[in-house]
Amino acid sequence: MSIFLNKDSKIIVQGMTGGMGVKHTTLMVQAGSTIVGGVNARKAGTTVELGGKELPVFGNVKEAMAETGADVSVVFVPPAFTKDACIEAIDAGIGLLVVITEGVPVQDTAEVWSYLQGPGNHGDTRMIGPNCPGIITPEESLAGITPHTIAGKGPIGLVSKSGTLTYQMLYELKDFGFSTAIGIGGDPIVGTTHIDALEAFEKDPETTAIVMIGEIGGDAEERAAAYIKEHVTKPVVGYVAGFTAPEGKTMGHAGAIVSGSSGTAQAKKEALEAAGVKVGKTPSETAALMRDILQNG
Amino acid sequence: MDLMEYQAKELFAKHGVAGALGKTVETPEAARAAAEEIGGVVVVKAQVKAGGRGKAGGVKVAKTPEEAEEAARAILSLEIKGLPVNRVLVVAGASIEEEYYFSFLLDRSNRSYLCIASVEGGVEIEEVAKTNPDAVKKIAIDAGTGVDAEKAAAIADEVGFPAELRDQAITMIQQLWTVFTEEDATLVEVNPLARLTGDKLEALDGKVSLDENADFRHPEHKTFEVREEADALESKAKDKGLNYVKLDGAVGIIGNGAGLVMSTLDVVAYAGENYGGVTPANFLDIGGGANAQVMADGLDVILNDEQVRSVFVNVFGGITACDEVANGIAGALQILGDEATKPLVVRLDGNNVEEGRRILDELNHPLVTQIDTMDGAADRAAELAAHNQSA
Repeated sequence: MSIFLNKDSKIIVQGMTGGMGVKHTTLMVQAGSTIVGGVNARKAGTTVELGGKELPVFGNVKEAMAETGADVSVVFVPPAFTKDACIEAIDAGIGLLVVITEGVPVQDTAEVWSYLQGPGNHGDTRMIGPNCPGIITPEESLAGITPHTIAGKGPIGLVSKSGTLTYQMLYELKDFGFSTAIGIGGDPIVGTTHIDALEAFEKDPETTAIVMIGEIGGDAEERAAAYIKEHVTKPVVGYVAGFTAPEGKTMGHAGAIVSGSSGTAQAKKEALEAAGVKVGKTPSETAALMRDILQNG
Repeated sequence: MDLMEYQAKELFAKHGVAGALGKTVETPEAARAAAEEIGGVVVVKAQVKAGGRGKAGGVKVAKTPEEAEEAARAILSLEIKGLPVNRVLVVAGASIEEEYYFSFLLDRSNRSYLCIASVEGGVEIEEVAKTNPDAVKKIAIDAGTGVDAEKAAAIADEVGFPAELRDQAITMIQQLWTVFTEEDATLVEVNPLARLTGDKLEALDGKVSLDENADFRHPEHKTFEVREEADALESKAKDKGLNYVKLDGAVGIIGNGAGLVMSTLDVVAYAGENYGGVTPANFLDIGGGANAQVMADGLDVILNDEQVRSVFVNVFGGITACDEVANGIAGALQILGDEATKPLVVRLDGNNVEEGRRILDELNHPLVTQIDTMDGAADRAAELAAHNQSA
């Protein structure tokens, strides 16, 4: 088992024919994902060969879903067009919408989120991202840009705001392996939160322990801590980045900013520890904590 | 990007928000001329991106043009929270009856927007929030439906503006909402929003934060960038398209991915505790690519930081394999030549790590030390920085 994505997932790519789309669709095919086509209104009716696979290009998401039975869409379109691409996929009733694009105006994301809550979301779409590496269920499917070669299959569930820290953790714990790893993204507003992933991992029988990676900004980690205390029975190991980040400076991710006294790494660490989560001081120490749990129970 | 008051007021004026624009000047003499032009009592206000300007002596009332010149001279010599004051706003004095607080902001927790407002005090809003939290209204706003006339009226009533100001408040709320949405702001704050003699509602101060991700649809926002306010190294990095934040320590940091770089800063700071409190000199995320030119640009910025004593290059090869990163480092050192003068500790891990490490081993550059783990490399970088500091 896994969460949100598995070997039966049929994936289309919005923006497949652009630079990022070409590169990462190829890598997704190589990772074993079932990619069934792409969307580009201007190239509808053509095909593109990527990763040794002949992929059809459709005029819109609805048509692509009707023709291929796709239930997942990965979005690589540029920031200016991301909102419309998301609304199109939601209107078509896509199951999982993975938005990789970095640099989406936060008001666009807020509008998409509002749309997801309204009657327009008749297909019950789940959005992951934007500004994220996507999701990988090792040896089954990759919807995003996580390098599949560093991910092993196993019992750990991973949810993280950061792409490279996700990769670091996958790599350090490759021998134990992961059920599913989700990069939820570093923007101020994202479609899937730590809590959503924790809830799904708690229910997933193949996940026996969870790594949660957070960073400065907002209160997602504090709220996840409260959720863990109430609802999560599986062991959770945490890591928070940004203890040395100065107040008021955006640290790479649009959402990674300490505002006044809120959003600090220290507050997040304390909230997680109060919920019984073991928090590593460094990524390696965090991986070691997880090893200890898996080896010694 | 946070705007200064006069910039925020320009946006307010553009969308019809009531309030005096005043004149922004850079010399005491110009302040005097501005005061003459405006006539009567004026207020001279420091223009810096920092709160607490009043308490720092950055806001003065002047009854005459001479006083305005004196006030400007005093204020322009100030430093407020470490920031030099390079310009002042001269604005007509207002006869204030009451002060209110009003803002629209991004609500991360609810993935929407929030209006925070109070008629119980303006500039002391934080104190009000502590002593009388019920007086500070928090009103959720749906990002899909926004603030129309009806919602604006509902906000005005919930906040409790006096009846004689209600219509003005409803109009201003809609105008401020237009500032928020049409300018792609994450914060629009009016503090104080004032009731002036004659029951006029005016925005006396303004704070606006703009979403830089939306810059592509606001080319005009570029004029808000005030170069001299920015750190020279940060400006240089920005010109090269690098994601850089200057800090105060001695270990220069280069890494790929925002999370990993933030984590690297923390790990260096922990390691530095063992070496007399060595800390990171900067945040620099070179992104996924990490090719030679980007690496060279990054190293160039960091090596020009006089505080830097050692550099820690921490790269995890994900999409970009370690051999490409190693070639990037080698290429960067070649591009920089003699300008590379500080020791580099390199930690590579991830895809093709053996090949990457081999490339750097063969390079055998005198400045480069390879350490296999992030924690170990951080320790070595901190040690080198401490050693070079005392040397």
